[in-house]
Amino acid sequence: MDTLVAVLVDGIIYASWLFIIAAGLTIVYGVMRILNMAHGSLYALGAYAAASLAGAWLRAGYAPMGSYAVLVLAALLVGVVVGPLVERGLLRFCYGRDEVVLVLVTYALFLILEDLIKLVWGVESYFVSEPYGLLGNVEFGPLSYPVYSAVMVVAAVVVGLALRWGIYGTRQGKLLVAVIHDREVSAALGINVNRIFLVTFALGTTLAALGGALTAPTVSVVPGMGVEVIVLAFAVVVIGGLGSMPGAAIGSLIVGLVRSSAVHWMPQVELFSIYLVMALVLAFRPRGLFVAVEARKI
Amino acid sequence: MNTSRTALSRWSCALSLLLFASPVFAQAPAAAEQKPFKLGVVTFLSGAAAGPFGVPARNGAEVLVEALNGAKGPGAYAKKGLGGRPIELVFIDEAGGTTKQVSEYREIVQRQNVDAVIGYISSGDCLAVAPVAEELKKLTILFDCGTPRIFEDGSYKYLFRTTAPSTMDNVAAALYVTEMLPGARKIAGINQNYAWGQDSWADFEESMKVLRPATEVTTSQMPKLGAGQYGAEISALMAGRPDVIHSSFWGGDLDAFVLQAVPRGALKKSTAVLTCGETATHKLAGQIPDGTIIGARGPHGAYAPDIELNRWFRTIYQDRFVLSPNYPAYHMAQAILGLKTAYERAQGASAVAPSQDQVIAAFEGISFETPSGTIKMALGKGHQAIEETVYGRAKTVGGKLTFVNVKRYPAGKVNPPDGVKSADWIKTALKPGK
Repeated sequence: MDTLVAVLVDGIIYASWLFIIAAGLTIVYGVMRILNMAHGSLYALGAYAAASLAGAWLRAGYAPMGSYAVLVLAALLVGVVVGPLVERGLLRFCYGRDEVVLVLVTYALFLILEDLIKLVWGVESYFVSEPYGLLGNVEFGPLSYPVYSAVMVVAAVVVGLALRWGIYGTRQGKLLVAVIHDREVSAALGINVNRIFLVTFALGTTLAALGGALTAPTVSVVPGMGVEVIVLAFAVVVIGGLGSMPGAAIGSLIVGLVRSSAVHWMPQVELFSIYLVMALVLAFRPRGLFVAVEARKI
Repeated sequence: MNTSRTALSRWSCALSLLLFASPVFAQAPAAAEQKPFKLGVVTFLSGAAAGPFGVPARNGAEVLVEALNGAKGPGAYAKKGLGGRPIELVFIDEAGGTTKQVSEYREIVQRQNVDAVIGYISSGDCLAVAPVAEELKKLTILFDCGTPRIFEDGSYKYLFRTTAPSTMDNVAAALYVTEMLPGARKIAGINQNYAWGQDSWADFEESMKVLRPATEVTTSQMPKLGAGQYGAEISALMAGRPDVIHSSFWGGDLDAFVLQAVPRGALKKSTAVLTCGETATHKLAGQIPDGTIIGARGPHGAYAPDIELNRWFRTIYQDRFVLSPNYPAYHMAQAILGLKTAYERAQGASAVAPSQDQVIAAFEGISFETPSGTIKMALGKGHQAIEETVYGRAKTVGGKLTFVNVKRYPAGKVNPPDGVKSADWIKTALKPGK
């Protein structure tokens, strides 16, 4: 019974972390049809910005509790600076091209950003571990979880609900849905598609950076930290269905729970378990769990 | 016109005579001998392993080679460079995986024509490059990777390793645990899922089972190299309430594991044995709980002996990089000094540079002095080093991390004899309660 609860708790914590990152990836694909290979680098940028800013905050002797706000602020900063810069400076020149071309373009961007990170921050590791232990722990039998993990879960739920409300509950969101359905018709109806793209990419970047910023206190922030993340985020959106927000949520939960079940019950298959699930989903629903079959436009 | 031509030729003659007579020209044949020894150095310059591993190793190579080129080495290492030849370093990034490393190796050997290669922190890269070194017939010294499979499963002419295999770290860890923690019976492990992690855990588990037959394994976690998130693994480790948690994690993974496990109390409720822990004690000193058993893969860093060579190496390193050298930097020093010893022994009193075959013949089975003490190329038909190893327990005193209950294990006690596989040796040579 204890193990079952541990599997659920660990699975949900991992799923929350994954969802924040995968949500950004899937919204960019849903709206812009860009499979953003540089999403992992944006995650890393968020982590670096958080480590630098929150580190400076703590070194300056300000209230440690304020470091949580600094983490979120760092993510927002990356989102509003890097997101529009990449979208206006690079991606807008590639709209209308084949999706594969955009995969290559964002892959190039990934390589550039990885080197840029090395140029700015060097290869040394950065640490900002204080926020992880600051809120204390919750004891549960032999286990002990930092309250910080709950922050991650709350952040994921808030992100999920905010996206749901933003997309289905606001005028801007409805315009976004229109663009998702048909870019040309939306433009013909007078929707400023370029502006929607800009906002969407900034939002996707912010979510990636938020994932990185919230992870920064639990890891050593090092070059290459985004590579592993992008593989997992892809697994999630492929399981859930590319471009589907509920898909990203369910995909994250499936990956989180499968992985934590494997870790607790069969550690030897942990590495393989996520990809097994992905293969099974693709075998039966090749477009993922939450994507309805689309009629091909002629 | 004629006059000027005559004047010109006169000047040329004078200049030629001057050149012939000058000491510069007199040394010309010797200068030809002084062609730099081009040494390829492969270490992580990017990725998670760069900060705690690759860069300290590169720094170690840089300061040491600079001092040797300036003929500033102490004692037996006073001669300039390699037998008078300056060493020219060519650095290659080890990041990118085994396929990339094999191409990089071919590139530096075949296109950049390096005279020798020192490299590889990852056991995966060592296993991949070993057969290629043999194929390209290039003297290659593995400086840090630890999998025992290299010389236990293969026989090489061009390949050397100047650091002991991981068997030593894990057998010594088991000996230390049985001695220091008499009541410890339940063990758990978290190791990376590739050659290094699997071999390390197998050796530790087997050694513990031989030394203390009542040993029970609660779980063995094998996350992917570079996974970064260990929440579920830490829960699984804690759920079994083990007395000891063994980990051969290194680089960014070790840092992340410590950062995630410490706030959860996992390393207080159980005693952690971190075989590569020394690299995390520099930047994460405040995080390591008292009592954690720390290894350094040999007598390196804080465990290095108080000898002239060590004091010298620490000084030149700290003068440049402020931080003290960690164990990858010591491993790098071992490789360079091993090469220097072999090269100069092959050269002897001759002024002519020795051939690669002569250096290899001189390298086989030698002993040489390093900042970490004496290294003996005792295994793998004289191609694989053994050295003593050390374990101690962390104790923070006045905000500073120190090591207590430090125990040294002689090389012969924790390494198998030549020709015997680690796994077989552990089963036969270790005795319960010993």
